[in-house]
Amino acid sequence: MKKLMTLLLMALVFTGLHAQTKKDLPNVTLKDLNGKDVNIAKLNNNGKPIVLTFWATWCGPCIKEHNALSDVYQDWQDETGVKIYAVSIDDSRSTAKVKPVVEGKGWDFDILLDVNSDLKRAMNVSNPPHTFLFDGDGKLVYQHTGYIEGGEEDLYEEILKVAKKKK
Amino acid sequence: MRKHLLLLLALALIVSFKASAQSFLENSQVNGAFQTDAQYYMLDEGIGITQYEEEGKKFGINGFGKVNYTNGNFTAGIRFEAFLPQMNGFRKELKGVGLANFYATYDNGFIGATVGDIYDQFGCGFVFRSYEEWSLGMDNALRGARIVLRPTQGVTLKGVYGRQRYYWAPYLDRNMSADDTRGVVRGVDAEWDLNQSIPSLNESKFKMSLGGSFVSKKQDNQSSLYNIPENVSSAAARINLGYGNWAFSTEYAYKINDPSAINNFIYKEGRALLSSLSYSQKGLGVVLQVKRVDNMSFKSMYTGKENDLDINFIPPINYTHTHSLPSMYTYSTQPNGEMAAQLQVNYTIPKGTALGGKYGTKLAFNMSQVNDIVRDSVAFGNQVGLNVPGTLGYTSKFFAVSKHRFFRDINFEIDKKISKDWHLTAQYINLYYDIETIEGHSNAPAVKANIGFLDVTYKINKRQSLRLELQGLWENEVHKGYEYDEDEDLEHYQKRGDWAAALLEYTISPHWSFSIADKWNYGNPVEEYRDHYFTGTVTYIHDATRIMLSGGRQSAGVVCVGGVCRKVPASSGVTLTVSTSF
Repeated sequence: MKKLMTLLLMALVFTGLHAQTKKDLPNVTLKDLNGKDVNIAKLNNNGKPIVLTFWATWCGPCIKEHNALSDVYQDWQDETGVKIYAVSIDDSRSTAKVKPVVEGKGWDFDILLDVNSDLKRAMNVSNPPHTFLFDGDGKLVYQHTGYIEGGEEDLYEEILKVAKKKK
Repeated sequence: MRKHLLLLLALALIVSFKASAQSFLENSQVNGAFQTDAQYYMLDEGIGITQYEEEGKKFGINGFGKVNYTNGNFTAGIRFEAFLPQMNGFRKELKGVGLANFYATYDNGFIGATVGDIYDQFGCGFVFRSYEEWSLGMDNALRGARIVLRPTQGVTLKGVYGRQRYYWAPYLDRNMSADDTRGVVRGVDAEWDLNQSIPSLNESKFKMSLGGSFVSKKQDNQSSLYNIPENVSSAAARINLGYGNWAFSTEYAYKINDPSAINNFIYKEGRALLSSLSYSQKGLGVVLQVKRVDNMSFKSMYTGKENDLDINFIPPINYTHTHSLPSMYTYSTQPNGEMAAQLQVNYTIPKGTALGGKYGTKLAFNMSQVNDIVRDSVAFGNQVGLNVPGTLGYTSKFFAVSKHRFFRDINFEIDKKISKDWHLTAQYINLYYDIETIEGHSNAPAVKANIGFLDVTYKINKRQSLRLELQGLWENEVHKGYEYDEDEDLEHYQKRGDWAAALLEYTISPHWSFSIADKWNYGNPVEEYRDHYFTGTVTYIHDATRIMLSGGRQSAGVVCVGGVCRKVPASSGVTLTVSTSF
């Protein structure tokens, strides 16, 4: 009974919070593939939308999603100016593989390394892939967990909405 | 009761936030996540489940809820966990409900300070890494304090101090007992990125960064048999170099004598080395890695033998398989000693060529092998011995490789989008897996298997698609040279022999996925183990919420994430997972 009470209270607390949530780009610093520090809060795409996708070299659906995004990325950029940051949550067992995998697969995204899962924790990502869309002001407008074949189409509809709102 | 008070307090805080000034609210951000995994177990004599209760219950529930609060440079968070009781295969010490984790951080870019539960790592983790892996029930957060200083661009200094999480054991007013002899962990780390700190190197093709760390544990000697050192220190140095398309990185670690249950209480020092060399250009990536580990288990409790209280992390470098048959045999690091090498090549045959076709063809090759190190006897008193407790244990030549092979994986993958609607992935794997060393099945012969899979996706239309996955695992030598004892060794034959697996998935983007799968151990040398493992799964995803319901049989095996593995018993029943973040 006590445990049930606790769970109920937990649920209450979480719903209470849910009502007023707002998540922007968190103040977390990651490295890019050149070892340069990149503060997520300061990501800027000149008022155009930003996509953050969490992935790992060992995550099958993530590779599928990124292959699919890679096929359409150039078109999306031409039409909306969107910029995709692919955040690798590979830890030290596979960080050395990230760049060779990205280049070997021919992806054009900006790659960030979240070796210590700092951004993953800050953005409450449980399992990759997990995709976030921010508008030009860095406000979160859409997020999606998992990858289902064709999911990039839905992401693009959301990107179009954001890009149109700006014009 | 204390837990309830804390919850009420949290509730009160939130209510008061709501009521407080609007401007304060505008700077405040709250986010969080919630996940519940629940399993209902059923009797299934077909796969030998005659006892299906966990802690006297027919179900297991693992759940967590976490909330982060941010206001400018200030961040704080809490995480509740509930194991009511823990699911099958998780450590029974997890059972319980409570506030598992909390922290508060202030970071203005120049200085950052955290109190509470800390997750961090130095370099590749050879001397320090605290992290959490929900799917393994693993969490070695350091409860204490951390200071981060960034005095100039490109320089980062860190200091950590604390005691590691040990399930629900109290951190402070603990009774010093034989089963909780956790020490205190202290560490410092410095990193210098020359390209960011020296302006003339900012845009240089030449990249260089250096790092060094020092970590020690302070523990009480509780042993009446051995003289356990009260301070055990370790140090590591690392360098990253890059020039154009080339990158090289290496890290070397050293630890003074640290007798423990893992290394059989020997007084030898520990060493580890990891080097990586890579070349990448558009369409081609090559990475070669070598690793040597010698007596590098580093736990804050010297009596510990389980996957907990690890101060460091020794990364396995082999390929991580995700399909169900190859991932049955996942390598996990042997901290007492290993020599490993790994080569991976990723290549894309360009679009518009004969072999590349309209979309290009992605190829990947990976080879990894792990052997034991060579150990030579040492003298003690007037005797000579190998790995004798209380002695220096052994000597080991740095570059010598033992003939004892733990693991080898050679695989080749082709990933091809054939047309707008068809996509194909195929992989061939040749595997050698020393199950005796890795899973502790004494006298069991090594797994030598050929594995193949074919994964075909057909897009029915913009929203719907079908995916078929066919896998086979052929292990030819399982009978040879091994006479099993009916009573003692029968379980060593679980999952052995040939397997076939198939999966059919139907998806409707963006919300639904339906799949059915079967795994069949048709070639098991023991007839009663030739079982089918049939499962059906429905997943619903809405934005950041995922609900998954699956039913069927789960084979006994090992779930591995990040080189750390958890044994999962065979089970039959229904699993529900609900996760969301906001």
